[in-house]
Amino acid sequence: MFRDKIMNETTAGSILTTEGIPLKVSLQKAERRNKIRAVLLVAPLLLFILFTFLIPIGDMLLRSVDDSHINTVFPKTFKEYKKWDRQDLPSEELYKTMFFEVKESEGYAIGKASTRMNYAKSGWKSLLKKSKRKFKKIEEGPYKEQMIAIDKKWANMEYWKAIGVMVDATTAGYYLNAVDLKYNVDKEVVRQKENRRIYNHTWFKTFKVSVLVMVFCLMLGYPIAYLLSTLPLKYSNLLMICVLLPFWTSLLVRTVAWMVMLQQKGVFNNLLVMSNIIADENRFKLMYNETATIIVMTQILLPFMVLPLYSVMRTISPNYMRAALNLGASPLHAFWKIYMPNSVPGISAGCMLVFILAIGYYITPELVGGKDGQMIGNWIAYHLKTTLNWGLCAALGAILLGVMTVLYWVYNKLVGIENIKLG
Amino acid sequence: MALPSYTTTSQRIGWYSFLTYCGLVFFFLIAPIFIILPLSFSASPFFEFTREFMNFEPEAWSLRWYRQMVGIASVGDTTVVSNKWMLGTRNSFIIGISATFLATALGTIAALGLSRPNMPFKGTIMAILISPMIVPLIITSAGMFFFYSKIGLTHTYLGLILAHTALGTPFVVITVTATLTGFDTNLIRASQSLGADTMRTFFKVIMPLILPGVISGALFAFITSFDEVVVVMFVGSVEQITIPKQMWAGLRQETSPVILCMATCLVALSIALLTTVELLRRRSERLRGIKLRN
Repeated sequence: MFRDKIMNETTAGSILTTEGIPLKVSLQKAERRNKIRAVLLVAPLLLFILFTFLIPIGDMLLRSVDDSHINTVFPKTFKEYKKWDRQDLPSEELYKTMFFEVKESEGYAIGKASTRMNYAKSGWKSLLKKSKRKFKKIEEGPYKEQMIAIDKKWANMEYWKAIGVMVDATTAGYYLNAVDLKYNVDKEVVRQKENRRIYNHTWFKTFKVSVLVMVFCLMLGYPIAYLLSTLPLKYSNLLMICVLLPFWTSLLVRTVAWMVMLQQKGVFNNLLVMSNIIADENRFKLMYNETATIIVMTQILLPFMVLPLYSVMRTISPNYMRAALNLGASPLHAFWKIYMPNSVPGISAGCMLVFILAIGYYITPELVGGKDGQMIGNWIAYHLKTTLNWGLCAALGAILLGVMTVLYWVYNKLVGIENIKLG
Repeated sequence: MALPSYTTTSQRIGWYSFLTYCGLVFFFLIAPIFIILPLSFSASPFFEFTREFMNFEPEAWSLRWYRQMVGIASVGDTTVVSNKWMLGTRNSFIIGISATFLATALGTIAALGLSRPNMPFKGTIMAILISPMIVPLIITSAGMFFFYSKIGLTHTYLGLILAHTALGTPFVVITVTATLTGFDTNLIRASQSLGADTMRTFFKVIMPLILPGVISGALFAFITSFDEVVVVMFVGSVEQITIPKQMWAGLRQETSPVILCMATCLVALSIALLTTVELLRRRSERLRGIKLRN
């Protein structure tokens, strides 16, 4: 501001540098040079992150809407298909193009396309596999009757209609699948069959677990952050180690440790049995369920709650509380009216960080969650590794990423990303 | 902390129950980490405290799982058989150290740029550079798996090192920018006015002052890589075993107590790293009178 003012006053050109250039010009030049220098320093890392991290994620986002492979396998069929009126069975012409494209494509390409077609209407995969094998014997037309003779599905309108869903090179189908919806053969959005609705439930569970973990972290983290901030530095540094050690310990190590603690014959149950609180046959089922996921995630994420809380609480002067008590407030009242409001920035920072980290958890639920402790991250891994339905995997990931980005943006506005504390 | 003499009984009760509660929370934080230490010396093939073990009967305590971990078949036999654990250890160190070097170099330079007052779009760039730490690992892994397989980086050490470098840089950026917030830029001017060029200024003036931050960042980056399993699983090949990957495999298939031995070693490592970082932080606070943790 001050510099701008000086600059404005000297635009008349009264002040010149020793080289005879107006000061304003010279200053701007120097500023620009400094700016370029700063940018050049950041550039290597920015490019590196772009290449190794951002582009891969962008690639994944593209994959979630990508439907082009099937267009490269059946280009002519799809062109011919657009002429079809969808009222009666297609013409001989469409059957013929389909016939040749199935016959002449490579088995691998057909296999991949048929997997995709099976998502639109189940039965396509077996139909194409069978056809690919039997078409070899057909030498000449007319093709329509011969194809129907091979498999009656070729005379089924549903299958032909289902192709309509795949004609475009992009699809929103995977996103619909990710929230338990789908396209029917007429490309209308409908709900998945009852027994295939899994994702809305999982999304809900992911949010529920994340919120619970956040609340538990706050309940456990707030008091100890308060204690750490009020103790003399000598003691608080020592206790801080207890908070930081889990932070530095391998996630897998901590998960193993919890398995030792919580399993049926684990430390916790053994202690309860030994002290006769519960009978040997009534041991708690604490492992491989949602409870385990919540307990273990709370312990793992607790440091992320304590550190931001602590850094805010240390700046709250104890005099405020003293003043309130002096004015006759009860300790609880003073805490609620004076201390709590002052610590809100820490609460919001901690809660957001824990929630953001919790929502994408994968390892812990996979190892200790059993069947009902699975979160959305586990489904992403499942489709990535097991079903190879990468479109759905990418769509689930993209939605999760969208939620994260919004939260991250809010976090950045509220707390400022540069204020993340690492101990 | 002693309470003042004027506190009422209810206040005393409140204070001590508060302390008890805090004690329990600290116990909750720390106990699971230390519970595995004794158990790794148990002779039992299960993850449980047997009665014999609790009574300190000598045959219930043994080093057999440690021997298995380092690949010694029996007592007295000095031939070391290479096994997956040792292979994993070697790989973890190779990947971890390479990624740490790259991440530290890139991150430190970027932090220097970000700390300049005339850096444009600072907030946005910072948010982008920190994002590998925030984005769930499973999403990062999925993206890397798709993209790296296109350009032939999957199943290579280079791919894993690059991926781990990306995951480690946010830590370096955060710690080094934190160190630089208290940095007196006049020192740079002084050095330059005395005739030192940019490189000399960097190595003789800037580097010694930000070194604690750089080392902390490097250690963070190292432990991040050392502990990372999801990316290794999806981007790496079956043969590219690292310690966490082997632990993961061990937990899912054959729950062998060797996992506990390795876990104990990792806890020792994390204690060593944490101590180093704490000492560095205190040293830099003492030297410059600033607080990194504020």
